[in-house]
Amino acid sequence: MAASYEYDDAPGGYDDGHRQPQAAAAPSQADAAGYDPNFVPDSVKSFVVHLYRHIREKNVYEIHQMYETSFQTLSERLFKDTPWPSVEAVAHYVDNDHVFCLLYREMWYRHLYARLSPTLKQRIDSWDNYCSLFQVVLHGVVNMQLPNQWLWDMVDEFVYQFQSFCQYRAKMKNKTEQEIALLRQYDQAWNVYGVLNFLEALVEKSMIIQILDQEKEGLEQFTATDGYDYGGGSNVLKVLGYFSMVGLLRVHCLLGDYQTGLKCLLPIDINQQGVYTSVIGSHIATIYHYGFANLMLRRYVDAIREFNKILLYIYKTKQYHQKSPQYEQILKKNEQMYALLALCLSLCPQVKLVDETVNSQLREKYGEKMLRMQRYDDEAFVIYDELFSYACPKFITPSAPSFEEPLVNYNQDAYRLQLKLFLYEVKQQQLLSGVRTFLKVYSTISLAKLANYMEVDEPTLRTILITYKHKTHAIDTDGKVISNADIDFFVDDDMIHVVESKPAKRYGDYFLRQIVKLESMMNDMDRVKLE
Amino acid sequence: MGREQVSYTVEQLVALNPYNPDMLPDLENHVNEQVSSQTYSLDANLCLLRLYQFEPEKMSSQIVARILIKALMAMPAPDFSLCLFLIPERVQMEEPFKTLIVLSHYLETGRFRQFWEEAAKSRHLLEVVSGFEQAIQAYAVHVLSLTYQRVPRTVLAEAINIEGLSLDKFLEHQVANSGWALEKGQGKGQLILIPQNEFNHPELKKNAAESIPLEHITRIFPILG
Repeated sequence: MAASYEYDDAPGGYDDGHRQPQAAAAPSQADAAGYDPNFVPDSVKSFVVHLYRHIREKNVYEIHQMYETSFQTLSERLFKDTPWPSVEAVAHYVDNDHVFCLLYREMWYRHLYARLSPTLKQRIDSWDNYCSLFQVVLHGVVNMQLPNQWLWDMVDEFVYQFQSFCQYRAKMKNKTEQEIALLRQYDQAWNVYGVLNFLEALVEKSMIIQILDQEKEGLEQFTATDGYDYGGGSNVLKVLGYFSMVGLLRVHCLLGDYQTGLKCLLPIDINQQGVYTSVIGSHIATIYHYGFANLMLRRYVDAIREFNKILLYIYKTKQYHQKSPQYEQILKKNEQMYALLALCLSLCPQVKLVDETVNSQLREKYGEKMLRMQRYDDEAFVIYDELFSYACPKFITPSAPSFEEPLVNYNQDAYRLQLKLFLYEVKQQQLLSGVRTFLKVYSTISLAKLANYMEVDEPTLRTILITYKHKTHAIDTDGKVISNADIDFFVDDDMIHVVESKPAKRYGDYFLRQIVKLESMMNDMDRVKLE
Repeated sequence: MGREQVSYTVEQLVALNPYNPDMLPDLENHVNEQVSSQTYSLDANLCLLRLYQFEPEKMSSQIVARILIKALMAMPAPDFSLCLFLIPERVQMEEPFKTLIVLSHYLETGRFRQFWEEAAKSRHLLEVVSGFEQAIQAYAVHVLSLTYQRVPRTVLAEAINIEGLSLDKFLEHQVANSGWALEKGQGKGQLILIPQNEFNHPELKKNAAESIPLEHITRIFPILG
């Protein structure tokens, strides 16, 4: 588990944790001296030549191998703390192909961000590169087929670099005059409208929402082919559009706009497998932000259900990702989601929704803290604060600084606001766990008696009971009232009647799934007979 | 862009192009429209708060206050919090936002007596928005009907801030339209019988849980056919 819980924003720390630890320490200046951007080692030459060929031949399998494995190996071996050769130096090996050069630079900057600290000029140039790349894609001139992993990484990195830029810009205190001049001059770089409009345009232009709709009616294939186009077309715009919906969810969460974020994700049915589950990074990012948004919207049960599912999935599959460049990031998000699950279950103790494996992991990590959170004393709030700060997204302030006033840092403002509002909600619920404790042991109890036990007067008890009802009943997206209560009750005159809600066993759903399974098994057996 | 296409409503424009700074004046007008015509559009209001978040210098305190009052009226939905998440902390520490946050706190924690006392002190702020009292009363009735099968008249009176003859009239209306009934309590005054729902009468819920939605069954249609 991470050593520090504080909301760290040191270089290399204000990210989502997918930077290498050595990145912060890398002495970029010293290395830059020995780095010749025009020197292209043979292995790099061979890398770009082959990658270029595979892309032209639409060999997704080989592209994926080179992208996931060769690029990492070469980076590790030759470019541990320097950038890759400049695009100008490799361009003539790839016929100066415009799109390939844009892709190469996208990877170039990604590598730079991961291992070194980018300068302001480099941040701005990377933005320009994304603009060119997305414009090419949006104008439909791209006819290639790229691996989902790569397309997801583009969207993911685009949002990450935006977040990183906002954090960087918000630290005005130590900016040089030159940096301030650049910020003023390039005020469109990583502008929030630009970022949102690119993501939105990718969703729109790709027609992905319509495609997913038509797929439900069996008129279109998208999920079944993992988004790939086997008819000779390109998957780039479609899949970028698809992942952009997740990108929009994430940007809106960074801005504190949870409602809009969830709305952007609606076209993706997260109760089912989909293209978003075909890449582990996208799967985790989707559920992490979905769960977090629901936590903030007080829809705890929705958050608990999805956290439970993905934590179980990670538990069962993480060994297969050990060699993946995303492994560190998977583990980090895994820990963060356990912390979020601990928060959800402390506010809404629906332990029955959590799988045995996940639950025992949770107890191991947070069992003691969760007991303390139940007490709702000062110490409990410290833990709520600690877990939230550790597990929340890295909130951003999207507006540009005022250059006139004395320069101040405002990079923590957005985080402090979200934390404060969350703790405010926790405070409003602090008496509920006391009520819950008593309701658990009675089937009926009079108001007077309970008031006496809780050491409050009767009118106060009535307000607590109303609060309990209000806070345990969420409003879903259709405006319907949904009960999240594990223990419920009703009051008849001055008598409280307790109702323990048993989770509705979904036999129907279970049988339906088994019928589908049996049918596909019988089909398989039929096929075997024929051969 | 949207200006020539007069046929679009503000909601449609928000759906079509949610990140367009030029919509700001339209969205502000739309808030004022909601205030006078008792309509409500959370998405449009969040869109406006988002534009203020992107360009804080354009923020109008009056409009933000109106959005927040409309959000209070949308209780029990969490709209008020949704809006606060987008409003900078330093703004929230100023009036009238401080008062509105206190009002929201009372509603969130079921303290209706304190709410109505505080609301009375801020009448100038709230009465601009038509339907404010009725909306809060509807919320109070909502939480009461989640909580109670039979509720003492005094508790109801405090929650909706209506007493005496007006309360009799209110009850008469509820009896006629919403299935409420009145009962004599044992010596302590009137009891109001709130019609059963799945939250104050949990047996009603069980039946609902056993049904299977049609879209789940469609999965096995190919097999059945």
